[in-house]
Amino acid sequence: MKNSTKGLNHDEPILFEIGGMDKSGVDLNEPTFKENFIGECFENREIGLPGLSEPESIRHYVRLSRKNYSIDAGLYPLGSCTMKHNPRLNEKMARLKGFSEIHPLQPLSTCQGALELIDEISTWLKELTGMQAVTMTPKAGAQGELCGMLAIKKAIEARNECHRTKVLVPDSAHGTNPATAAFLGFDVVTIKSDKNGRLNFDDFKENVDKNFAAAMITNPNTCGLFEDDIIEIANYIHDAGGYLYCDGANFNALVGKVRPGDLGIDAMHINLHKTFSTPHGGGGPGSGPVVFSDILKDFCPAPLLKKDEENYYLVENHNDKDINKSFGRLCVFHGQMGMFVRALSYMMSHGSDGLRQVSEDAVLNANYIKSSLEDILTPAYEGYCMHEVLFNDDFLNGTGVETIDFAKALIDKGYHPMTIYFPLVVHGALLVEPTETESKNSIDQFIETIRELASKTQDGEEFFKKAPIYTPIRRLDETKAARNPVLRWQKNDVIAAE
Amino acid sequence: MRYLPLTKNNREEMLSTIGANNIDELFSNIAEKVSINPKFDLPNHKTEMEVEKHLSLLSDKNLHADNSNFFIGGGSYKHHIPASVDHIIQRSEFLTSYTPYQPEISQGTLQYLYEFQTQVSLLTGMDISNASMYDGSTAAAEAVSMAKRITKRNQVILSNTIHPHYADVIKTVSGIKDSEFFYGRNFSIDIDYLLNEVNENTACVVVQNPDFFGSCYDLSSLAEFVQSKGALLIVVVTEVLSLGMMKSPGAMGADIVACEGQSLGNPMNFGGPYVGLLSTKNKYLRQIPGRIVGESEDVDGKKGFVLTLSAREQHIRREKATSNICTNSGLCSLAFTIHLTLLGEKGFKNLSRLNHESALNLKEKILKIPEFKLLNKSFFNEFTIELPIKGEVFVDRMAEKGVLAGIPVSRLINNNKELDNFIVVASTETNTEDDMNSYIEAAKEVL
Repeated sequence: MKNSTKGLNHDEPILFEIGGMDKSGVDLNEPTFKENFIGECFENREIGLPGLSEPESIRHYVRLSRKNYSIDAGLYPLGSCTMKHNPRLNEKMARLKGFSEIHPLQPLSTCQGALELIDEISTWLKELTGMQAVTMTPKAGAQGELCGMLAIKKAIEARNECHRTKVLVPDSAHGTNPATAAFLGFDVVTIKSDKNGRLNFDDFKENVDKNFAAAMITNPNTCGLFEDDIIEIANYIHDAGGYLYCDGANFNALVGKVRPGDLGIDAMHINLHKTFSTPHGGGGPGSGPVVFSDILKDFCPAPLLKKDEENYYLVENHNDKDINKSFGRLCVFHGQMGMFVRALSYMMSHGSDGLRQVSEDAVLNANYIKSSLEDILTPAYEGYCMHEVLFNDDFLNGTGVETIDFAKALIDKGYHPMTIYFPLVVHGALLVEPTETESKNSIDQFIETIRELASKTQDGEEFFKKAPIYTPIRRLDETKAARNPVLRWQKNDVIAAE
Repeated sequence: MRYLPLTKNNREEMLSTIGANNIDELFSNIAEKVSINPKFDLPNHKTEMEVEKHLSLLSDKNLHADNSNFFIGGGSYKHHIPASVDHIIQRSEFLTSYTPYQPEISQGTLQYLYEFQTQVSLLTGMDISNASMYDGSTAAAEAVSMAKRITKRNQVILSNTIHPHYADVIKTVSGIKDSEFFYGRNFSIDIDYLLNEVNENTACVVVQNPDFFGSCYDLSSLAEFVQSKGALLIVVVTEVLSLGMMKSPGAMGADIVACEGQSLGNPMNFGGPYVGLLSTKNKYLRQIPGRIVGESEDVDGKKGFVLTLSAREQHIRREKATSNICTNSGLCSLAFTIHLTLLGEKGFKNLSRLNHESALNLKEKILKIPEFKLLNKSFFNEFTIELPIKGEVFVDRMAEKGVLAGIPVSRLINNNKELDNFIVVASTETNTEDDMNSYIEAAKEVL
């Protein structure tokens, strides 16, 4: 294979081209048993797993790592993703053996510290959101949505009102909202946003009828704006016999400053991997606890953490009388314990005072970017934004440059692009979320870069169309990947290459 | 506050650029509706040292696998993880990056996921795999939803010896009505029962192998029968190391395989985060949920990787998506892939055999206690024994002696008195001869 390595950026073949069937980076003793007890399905088959020695394997994955952008290396302004700094104390705490080396089904008397930790993080979440109950088990934001909507479904069944199948979702919502509602068999009706980037309350009211079950509203929404009518909307929903689910993905704008519980919501998930700094890890693992109001709390999934006079215990079977209204179980054990430790470490580090500073600085940084760019980019909406600022592509009109090109040019300038083409309600959307962990210097530099690029769009499209050029790989043919899917390495690939 | 870079001066300067008098002005539209800056009943910020001290105290209250004599399995297993695994997954570029939406600056993540997808397909003996699910149980639930979409049928038959919590998750997440759901309880896979229940409404039959009680099965004839009725066979695996000694689910004819990958690279973590593996046949490719990485080439003709087939996914299809899943288990799948790369073919099979050997040795020792009866006719690295006393009582007494002796079946199945005296015990490469001897000594004392 041709070596196209450039300086520090090494070409790195896939494992299957460099590994060997006779190689290993782990020394193990040889088993000595004579007869196995596997029975009829025993087989000593050839699996085809290439191995590497330890130095080779570290080199392989270190070289791969260098092809990734990361928050540690630079500002990562992905809107609605909250790419904030991930404190290393959290990593250290999660690796304490009393948390990492404990089994989910060991006797409860031997893991009281773990249960106490879950109780502590539950208390923080309930207090910060002003809600009455919390379930810690959902494995990520989307599973949190599933959890909240399952509770709502169960509540509707308990009222014998199964005709209520309609769920209203604004057109600016994350895709997971309509997907979750539809997955549970609800009929999804999309509500248009108004000219101010908020939910169109009149359109909303028109769609509330006897079949209305719930609304799923993100607040602040994905336009980076607070839903000003939220209390009126919540009252309207409750008067109509429905429930208000809140997508809490953007809780970073409110934490320590505003309690969602004061806004009339019935259930909300919290992404610990956004607001509470657990690392995104290239797409997971996440954690999506859900807080509930009084009217939904009985429908929470198993397990349920309780305490008698002395000890913590878990109600694990949902036919137990303590939780016989529960909608069931979302995952095999108790949720993402490793993420709870990290998130609690983060919460304690900030404290109640520091968390208020988090949302204030996040909102300040976003508004500062907005004010510093509004003469050269085109903000989608007027007025202050919250923790993220949304631009449309009007500033690119007549230049031939599209949002995607602008984003790719930003990569050549050393930045991960903002979220693009989302939310869908704005043409060629660019959604910028700086988070509170960026310094003023860092933000000023980002602003300067964006201004430079925006001016450059007036010089023609060529520069933008060919970007990026300084990356390990340039723009990829995504159509080809989807039309002719190659999703794994096959043995004959090597033969063909040879 | 150590994580917040803005200074007081910065904030004032920035507010003045914005044209706001104070920070609360940016929240004024909210303040019109509800009170902002509420008083919380929570402590103020703490130093790194204080946080560390508090959490260490909580950690110290737990008995863990390294300061106890540890024999628990049941879907989460204690294995040795090579030091380099944890080192690599803590590299900034893997730890602190997002889902690889911008492929030009995410090839590191995309390439290891491609390697992961290949390794998983090889292990399960299937054509293709996705880039991971939350864990084995949610992978199993998604597999069931997938089977319902493929067959356009609703009935789901769960074998009697699937992990009881997996059964609960499948029932909850894939929204199976009681009338569409069968779940018997017995100690071995009741093939006759399963065969009897399959009919023209059956979407899938779900079996676990090795099953919850530890027994191993050749499912080939079951697969053939299920498929002859137009239904799919879903095989659940909670101990991925078992695949080093067993015929692969694919070779047995499985249509979808849902597997827990924790055993490779990931600590037990009190139940999470883990990594779910989901594999299937090529023909069901467009019904698989979650992220998938595919190969492509860039404008210069250079090979690279991208997230692909996103027309299945929520961010494109919204209410018509195959699943609502968004985040998966990125970093846990990296740990899985590095550990498996370090092992290689030889190491993986060796590790698998060492686990089996460990369980064989424990069985020999345990059966020397006359009151103990082994239930299994086969097993990989865990098995079920019948005790003369209640399993829960036994396990609690053993814990007092520093032995985590297994899972009382009654903890998971609490409505069947006949199961009260059974425990499921696991033994892995981490258990030494001494560990086993002290297990036996402690057991004799507590009986």
